Amino acid sequence: MYQAIVFLPLLGAMLAAIISLVGAHARHPGGSPPPGGEEHIGGPTPEHPHGAPSARGGAAVIRETHAEPERHEPAAAGSRTAELITTTLLFISMVLSWIAFVRVGFSHQEAHEVVAPFIFSGDLKVDWALRIDALTAVMLVVVTTVSAFVHLYSMGYMEEDPYRPRFFGYLSMFTFAMLMLVTADNLVQLFFGWEGVGLASYLLIGFWYHKPEANAAAIKAFIVNRIGDFGFALGIFAVFMMTGAVDFGTVFHQAPALTGKTIPFFNWNVDALTLICLLLFMGAMGKSAQFLLHTWLPDAMEGPTPVSALIHAATMVTAGVFMVARLSPLFELAPAALTFVTVIGATTAMFAATVGLVQNDIKRIVAYSTCSQLGYMFVAMGVGAYSVGMFHLFTHAFFKALLFLGSGSVIIAMHHEQDIRHMGGLRTKLPFTYWTMVVGTLALTGVFPFAGYFSKDAIIDAAFAGTNPAALYAYLMTLGAAGLTAFYSWRLIFKTFHGEPHDREHYEAAHETPATMQIPLFVLAVGCVLAGFPFVGIFAGSGVEGFFGESLATGGSNTILEEMEHVSWAISLLPTLLMAAGFAVAWLFYIRRPELPVELARQHSMLYRFLLNKWYFDELYDFIIVRPTLWIGRLFWRGGDGWLIDGFGPDGVSARVLDVTRNVVRLQTGYMYHYAFAMLIGVALFMTWFTWLMFSRGGG
Amino acid sequence: MASWPILSVTVFLPLLGALFIMAMRGEDASVARNARWVAMWTTLLTFVISLILVWRFDPSSPEFQFVERKPWLAGAISYHMGVDGISLPFVILTTALMPLCILASWLPIQRRVKEYMIAFLVLETLMVGTFTALDLTLFYLFFEGGLIPMFLIIGVWGGPRRVYASFKFFLYTLLGSVLMLLAIMALYWDAGTTDIPTLMHHAFPRSLQTWAWFAFLASFAVKLPMWPVHTWLPDAHVEAPTAGSVILAAILLKMGGYGFLRFSLPMFPLASEQFAPLIFTLSVVAIIYTALVALVQEDMKKLIAYSSVAHMGFVTMGIFAGTIQGVGGGIFQMVSHGIISGALFLCVGVVYDRMHTREIAAYGGLVDRMPLYAAAFMVFTLANVGLPGTTGFVGEFLTLIGTFRVNTPVATLATVGVILSAAYALWLYRKVIFGKLEKPSLARILDLDGREMAAFAPLVILTILFGVYPKPVIDVSQAAVSALVENYHQALGAAKTAELAK
Repeated sequence: MYQAIVFLPLLGAMLAAIISLVGAHARHPGGSPPPGGEEHIGGPTPEHPHGAPSARGGAAVIRETHAEPERHEPAAAGSRTAELITTTLLFISMVLSWIAFVRVGFSHQEAHEVVAPFIFSGDLKVDWALRIDALTAVMLVVVTTVSAFVHLYSMGYMEEDPYRPRFFGYLSMFTFAMLMLVTADNLVQLFFGWEGVGLASYLLIGFWYHKPEANAAAIKAFIVNRIGDFGFALGIFAVFMMTGAVDFGTVFHQAPALTGKTIPFFNWNVDALTLICLLLFMGAMGKSAQFLLHTWLPDAMEGPTPVSALIHAATMVTAGVFMVARLSPLFELAPAALTFVTVIGATTAMFAATVGLVQNDIKRIVAYSTCSQLGYMFVAMGVGAYSVGMFHLFTHAFFKALLFLGSGSVIIAMHHEQDIRHMGGLRTKLPFTYWTMVVGTLALTGVFPFAGYFSKDAIIDAAFAGTNPAALYAYLMTLGAAGLTAFYSWRLIFKTFHGEPHDREHYEAAHETPATMQIPLFVLAVGCVLAGFPFVGIFAGSGVEGFFGESLATGGSNTILEEMEHVSWAISLLPTLLMAAGFAVAWLFYIRRPELPVELARQHSMLYRFLLNKWYFDELYDFIIVRPTLWIGRLFWRGGDGWLIDGFGPDGVSARVLDVTRNVVRLQTGYMYHYAFAMLIGVALFMTWFTWLMFSRGGG
Repeated sequence: MASWPILSVTVFLPLLGALFIMAMRGEDASVARNARWVAMWTTLLTFVISLILVWRFDPSSPEFQFVERKPWLAGAISYHMGVDGISLPFVILTTALMPLCILASWLPIQRRVKEYMIAFLVLETLMVGTFTALDLTLFYLFFEGGLIPMFLIIGVWGGPRRVYASFKFFLYTLLGSVLMLLAIMALYWDAGTTDIPTLMHHAFPRSLQTWAWFAFLASFAVKLPMWPVHTWLPDAHVEAPTAGSVILAAILLKMGGYGFLRFSLPMFPLASEQFAPLIFTLSVVAIIYTALVALVQEDMKKLIAYSSVAHMGFVTMGIFAGTIQGVGGGIFQMVSHGIISGALFLCVGVVYDRMHTREIAAYGGLVDRMPLYAAAFMVFTLANVGLPGTTGFVGEFLTLIGTFRVNTPVATLATVGVILSAAYALWLYRKVIFGKLEKPSLARILDLDGREMAAFAPLVILTILFGVYPKPVIDVSQAAVSALVENYHQALGAAKTAELAK
């Protein structure tokens, strides 16, 4: 059954890929290049269009001379088939996941299935294996549920797109990689899933490959993630070096013995566990878009909106949180690393919230909100409240996917307008979308009894109760961010759905979306309510140990959950107060007195521009990393290879040799034969000499 | 063992085919057609025979198998052939890629087809011979002889600057081969034989080890190529015809790595250990430096050539780490790179045949008209990036994890290459494949034809198959690698005890 959960999406992806490729090939048949492609006699003639249709490729009459192929192109053959196959398989996978959730979480039927051997080299042993415990079960449910409904939603959202088989293939491939990630039994398979989701993310962000911004965003996402993965990979190497294994069972078993051991690194001896955890966390920072490695996430909004909902809100970006939870037995032993996690999480929560305050692109606001919420989850991880972090991951998946899909409905209704300054008054035009998004916002801002209230306030409580050096900082940051969250979330709702329409034309044409898009919204809205209270016990209450068992590092010296019980009610009330304040300010600014924010932005234009430009991180990185790298590359190429090595090496020598040969041999047959001939003679001479040596030695 | 000399048949069958083509007479067009078919069938048959090697090979034994031994020159040099787990993967790689190269040259080569096919078949004999020779002299003949057909392929069927490129190639390799020949003679004087298995168990004095190690390094470093003797490679690739580039990248470069495994590590363990830091430095420089250079290239082939140098850096690093993962990973990385870089050069060949330019700026938006090509190119790009699930990952991962145990800073710096490779490979892909198809010259470009699909299909399958299930490749060399690593550390240990005893 577990194999079915993981591999059904892969099957879907492969079928969709076949449909996509066969269809594309039928549309653009192949043809042979003109013979003699390697001939250089006439020199290259790029002006002439080669590759004219040959006899076999004659069917390929030019059809696409018009400017915007994506608008007019007919849907790819088999679009509907590909959609139905992938979506159906995903729903089956989802049902099985919920069965698994009940079985593993409540009947404790943990499973461990070896599928096939992967890398076996000396003492390095890596299997393809599925590890199904409570932690995995939670992720299975989140991933397959959101993915299934995003598939369904996409059937409506992508209706006019000509490349649907490709899109659904990518979506299913992403889901497969994500499932491999959450079921991984060893670090290498985790890494496989990790980079696999990165690939899917790259392909989906760049899905509309005609757009230069989409291509740039896709590459940026991949490379920034690779920077994180650089740390992740080193972490794996270090784990293998210290424990001789990469599977979780052995590593966790050996971890306590590593305390106090060091790893030589350049001239330092670094504490092994701290180093390992920090390196692995670097991967998490990349994948979960944490402070310093966050720059790719807002740009990733170039991808289709269902992608943003699935990958950049509910699942992939939470992989970093999952990783820390999965490796909690290691992190638990490295308090310094946990403090670092707390600091990064808290900083991200605050930083992203401040940027979110002033953005105008509806998807970017939600993206910064995601970034900020991920920071919350890391704060929970950092103070040792792993299950609480998982709780927020669980609830966040529902309300953030809902907010993204709701934004998608707005965007579709507004004919691909994403700027909230051009919206307004859509409440009456899109009542269903409006109400579901309000539910999502209530959940995000943490209003009782919506899901976010339970998980987010639990994190703030945990930060308050936390004992590590950064806990107080984390508490203040998460508390402050709670107020900001309420402000930017309601700002989005008010500017989009309330007030006067700013773009009459778009407003008039706005229309409610089809059922395939409304059902997912409805289901997720229900999830925003139900994912909270019923699950408090197992995630943040007395049921944690019973539910998660061995899969998280609970119990022992880790008493954070107990401490949280003792947080006074007044402290617990603070986040709610700040949330209410945020709402009130948003209401004042965007409903009551809309001229106020404009005035404020003008008065503090420095601050406003600083926030609007996302703290100038893109410019900074471009200046200190991208440009110097290219500059050094050019220097090495022209200066190093061209001037230094070639100039003093072969070019210098060959120039002299050429002079000589020109004078000595004036034959017209080309140089090559001479060298070949010289070489042959040389070999023959060597042979002779060698044989002679043998003889003389044998004779003497 | 085999009742018929299966290795010799594998080695010399292509030569037989070459002789057959040479004997052809008649009208040019029919000779060209026949030459192609003969070459195709010869290489296919050779491949099938080499598969018998795999089938009969005993992977649990570290010994040489299918051994053939005949006295040859004066009794001192014998015709000694055999394969072990280290050489077998390269033999198969050679025989498997050869038919694809013939296929890739089918239409593009129209001039002197007969000679072209002869050159390729002779080259195959010499390459397989290099990997199977168990006598130093024999090895040297095959190793150096392989240059001649390659010179000819670049020099006769190459691009406009073919003379310069082959000149450079020649100068670099000449220096290396002279030094290696001197070292071979020195070894003979010390051990009294040129028999490789005997030499592998001969304890050479430290001073001889040192300079012989450097002499072999001179030759292998050029072949591989290692920084800073790599500058011939981009030029040679740019000028070579597509199939020439494929062979150059996929097989000829591997001879250097194979040489390290066959000679440097087992015969000169003390020197190998002493100068491993030098190799590490050069490897790390190669990985980072050439990756940065690749980032700013404007020519598709040059970019891939530089990326080859970077990927070979992982090989040298892994081999001299002297751990099972490092050495095994080095072998895997070479096989993997053989498949991937060969495929990438084929990818360049596809568009070059159609547009007659390799300039990156001349392309853009090809996915609109060439979806299958885009898909295949994507697979190889990702493999080049080292994405898990492709062969590229397994090789890089093993070499890095094997090196990290020995030297953390080296492995750390080398891992930076993983970031850079993503940057240049995806940038190339984006410029060529993605974007809007706006250039009028590209408006009529056609997707892959059946011949090209047949060339790509096996490479795509192998890239992914060995990426998720690398066991067959790793297992073939496992026993030999373990024995090599064990002997290496034993020799080091013995030398240490000897020094202590003094």
